[in-house]
Order: sequence, then structure tokens, then C-alpha cells
Amino acid sequence: MSRYTPPPQGKLGQIFDVLVLLILTVGALYIPLWLGLAGSDQIHEAVDAPSWESLQQNAAMIEQWGKLGFADAEAAAPLITARFDYSFSIPALIAVIVTVVGYYIMMLKLSEKEYREVIAEKFGKE
Amino acid sequence: MSDTVSNTPGIAGEAESTAVQNGGLLRVLGPAHIWALGVGIVLVGEYMGWNFAVGKGGAYAALIACWFAGILYSCVAMLDSEVTSTVAAAGGQYTQAKHIIGPLMAFNVGLYLVFAYTMLEAANAITVGFLVETVAGMSGHEGLDPRPFIVLSIMFLAWLNYRGVLATLTFSLVITAIAFSAILILFLATSPVFGESPLRHVELMTDLPYGWLGVLAAMHFGLWYYLGIEGTCQAAEEVRSPARSLPFGTLAGVMTLAIAATLTWYVCVGLMPWEYLGQSGVPLFDAARLSGSTSLAVLLGIGTLFATLASANGCINDASRAWFAMGRDHYLPSWFGAVHPAYRTPYRSIIFLVPIALIFALGAPLDQVITFSILSGLLGYTFMPLNMMLFRRKWPLDSIKRGYEHPFHPIPAITLLCLCGITYFAVFLGYGTQLVAMIAFYIVVSLWFHFWRYRFVYRAAQFTMPWPKPKGY
Repeated sequence: MSRYTPPPQGKLGQIFDVLVLLILTVGALYIPLWLGLAGSDQIHEAVDAPSWESLQQNAAMIEQWGKLGFADAEAAAPLITARFDYSFSIPALIAVIVTVVGYYIMMLKLSEKEYREVIAEKFGKE
Repeated sequence: MSDTVSNTPGIAGEAESTAVQNGGLLRVLGPAHIWALGVGIVLVGEYMGWNFAVGKGGAYAALIACWFAGILYSCVAMLDSEVTSTVAAAGGQYTQAKHIIGPLMAFNVGLYLVFAYTMLEAANAITVGFLVETVAGMSGHEGLDPRPFIVLSIMFLAWLNYRGVLATLTFSLVITAIAFSAILILFLATSPVFGESPLRHVELMTDLPYGWLGVLAAMHFGLWYYLGIEGTCQAAEEVRSPARSLPFGTLAGVMTLAIAATLTWYVCVGLMPWEYLGQSGVPLFDAARLSGSTSLAVLLGIGTLFATLASANGCINDASRAWFAMGRDHYLPSWFGAVHPAYRTPYRSIIFLVPIALIFALGAPLDQVITFSILSGLLGYTFMPLNMMLFRRKWPLDSIKRGYEHPFHPIPAITLLCLCGITYFAVFLGYGTQLVAMIAFYIVVSLWFHFWRYRFVYRAAQFTMPWPKPKGY
């Protein structure tokens, strides 16, 4: 099999490739943050005039909150009432599964095509 | 056996060697350095981040997640040790993927490594800033700006890495040992074995606040106890005896971390209400403060600082080696494949990754940065069982000599795949948007690589191991 010779890449082309990768990276990681879609789906249970009792904290817990700098129940309430919302829809779950599995299938298929070229050039065809 | 090929990593042929630039890296590291590299990167997971698992599922959920994550990482260490002791070259899993699955998979694995470690480095720098801010507040200097400390820590460690790998990892070895000792001292000092104990498990422990769904969700941050241990094989080209040092260093690292993680959990849940612990920025430092001992608070403050610096140090080391290896193979512009003429380090890659770490350290919340790191790690762990199954199929045990053969194949690979599936679901619970955004990113860059970037890559030159032709080709 004849050896594949890659085309030379100029400095400008190299810089352009790095920029593309950088933009994609920062974009993929930052866009969810900018759109406010990222992060923990936390909700806060509303408690009027919170007390240690209404927040279900026992004496030991109250003592430790105090040592941590939370002088009263009102200061600690935002931390104590924060809860994750784990409700989800089955279609959303299926969409995520399809995306992850589809990604690996696509990658394995395209990799295999490239790999066969590598092996054929390296070892020659049978 | 006569048909078993010995495995000496290197450039396979004369023609291929033209594609490789600027010589190799120095072989100066022993098993202790490998242990320090692995544990050094990960030990910070005991100092911060793991406690978000308490927030996602409660105290008991975090412990269950810690142990299941321990099983996941034991599988990772077993699989990785076998392949790495055979493919002993810079780039670690990236180089494995290149030889076993194919170029596109290798490109993706290289990016997983770079982003997992660069985000972990950013998380470490955020923690350094938070710690400095907390200590300043305790000493009456409220409102100290943490950003200069974040920038300084990243720049200092990048400079250390630029100067040379031996000095860098020796530095890591020392500060990792101090940070690990600090955890042991905190455990012993608060333990009821040696007199009156401040631990109050009976009063502070609660039932599972989210039920068993919370236990599943906690697996997300359960990975943080160990994330990065697989980084040991990034140094494969710089280890004196890869077949011995890599499996020993990695497996010793997993055992060290499992012990440290359990001790950390035990002390912290005995001192803090779970609602606070689940959102704390520096939980072990908080635990030391609650113990009532100023000496312990100082020790754990120093331990937190050292653990974050050791971790960031290892991350810069690993991310730059993966980036370097991709540049050397022309997967990325070949400019990155250069080795420093005097220090023999991948200096251009080290410098290039500094601003990326800074962007995230200065602009994103800690739990988001940790999630980005965990997701990249998780994608990498999903690759490992696929890699191992193909490795055994293409090169059965009698075809090439392995430095280490992992037992019970394919049980560890299947176990790892199942635990990865559970962890994807755990991330989906609460952080689904990031999961989809990150997969979308990898799909787009995969298409970019396959249809554009790959044209600049030599074909046969990618295969540098002196192995026979794989079966089935």
C-alpha cells in the first residue's frame, strides 16, 4: 500500500485550528453557564420566620451551627432548606441515553475506518 | 514463547521517526513518584468536593458512593495497569487508544484527559483562593480578593513544571505526604480511642434525605474521592521501570485513597450537620475548626493548601503531556510537540494550558468546574472497558508480553461499564444540561477531527509499538 503523505500546514492554519478548538471548548463549557441552564437544580423550601425547631435541628446540630458562625436559625435556613429537584421526564432520560450511546457508536465506527488505514499502511494488506 | 513479542516502547521504523520531533522525555521516576503523582492529584478530593456527594444524597449516601466509586477505580487501576505496562509511552490512555481503537478515539481520549485535568487544576486554584479568603476573614481581614492567589498558584506551578519533571514530582511527593499525614492526625486526634472525642455521630447523622435515589445521585461526586488516579500512566515515558512501577504505584494509590476517603467521611459527618457539609468549600478545614483545637485547624489549613497545590501540580503535568503527545502526532498543530532543549519538558503545552485554567478558575463556580472535570473523567472511564476488550481480542495474552496481566477478565471491564452507566444517571440528576452540552461538544470536535484535522496526520507513524499485526486486520 502506498504511504499517505499529509499536506504541509502553514503557521496561520495551525493558529486557526487551535482557535477553533479553543472557541468550541470555552463555548461548550460556558454557554450553559451564560444561559443559566447549568448547575444544580436546587430549590429552597419557603419557611416563614424559621426557628431551629421548624428546621428540625436538634441541640447538637444547633451547637455545631453556632461554632460554624451561624448565630441563629434565620442565617442557617438557606443552607438547611436547600434541596435538589430530582424529578425528570422519561423522554429527557431517553434523549440523554441516545446522545451518549450515539456518540460512542459514531466514534467507534469512524475510528475503526481510520484504524484500518493505519494498520494497512503499517503492516501491509494480507 | 517464541512468538511472544517483547515490548520496548519506541519508534517502530525509520520512516515513522521523521514524524516525531525533538527527542524524548527523561526516564527518571520511580514507584514512589508514581504513587505521589496519583495520590497527589487526587488527595485534594478528600479536602474538598467529595462533600457535594453529601449534599446530593445525605451522609450515608456519600459513604456508599465512596465505596462504589472505590470499586469503579479499582477496575480502572486494574485495566489501566495492564495496558499501560504494555503501552509505556507519554500520553497514557491517549496512546493506548491510538494503538488499540483508532485515531478518532485517541483524539477524544486526549481531550478527556486535558479537560479533566485542566478543570481539576482550576478547581484547586479556586479552593486555594477560598482558603486564603476564609483564613483572612478569621483573622479580621474580611473581603480579601482571592483572585490574585488563584493566578499566583497556577503561574507558580506552571513555572515549576516548565523547569523539570523530577523537581516537580519530588515537590509533589513531599507536600502530598504532609497533606496525607494531616488527615491521619485529624482522625487520631478526634478519635474516641485516645480520650474524649468531639465526634457526635449519633446526634448529627440523619436518614437518607432523598431515599435511595439520593444514593444514586451521590455517585456523581463520589468519583471526586479518586478522580485523576489514572493520571499515573501519563508519566509512562518518564518512568525507569514502567512494568513494575506503574501497577504498583497506581494500585497503592487507590488503596491509600480508599482509606483516606473513609477516614475523611467519618470525621466530617461526626462534626457537621449534613446540610452544611454538603455545601462546604473546605470541609476538612471546617472539621478541624470544629474539633476545638487551634493546632489542628492550622495543620488542616496547611494540609488543604498543600493538597490543592500537589493536585494542581500533577494536573499541569498530566494535561500538558496529553496535549504534547497529540501535538507530536499532529492531531493538534505540531508546534505543541516540542520538548524544551534544556529542561526536556513539553514547555509549549504547559504554557498554552495556563490561560485555559485561568479562564475557568476566575469565572466559573466550583461545583460547575468539578462537574466538567468529572464528566471528562467519566467519558474516559467508559473508554477503558471498550479498550481492554479490544486489546485482549486484537492481541491475546500469548501474542505480546504484558508487564502486568489483570485477573478475572472480563469481569472488571463489565463492572466498570455498569458503574459508569450508573454515574451518567447520577450526573443526569441535577446536572443534565452540562452532560448534554459536553457530549455535544465532543460530537462536534470529533466531526471536525475526522473530516478536517486528520488529513495532517501520518498514517503508519501513529503505530509506534513493536507489536505484531492485530488479529482480524
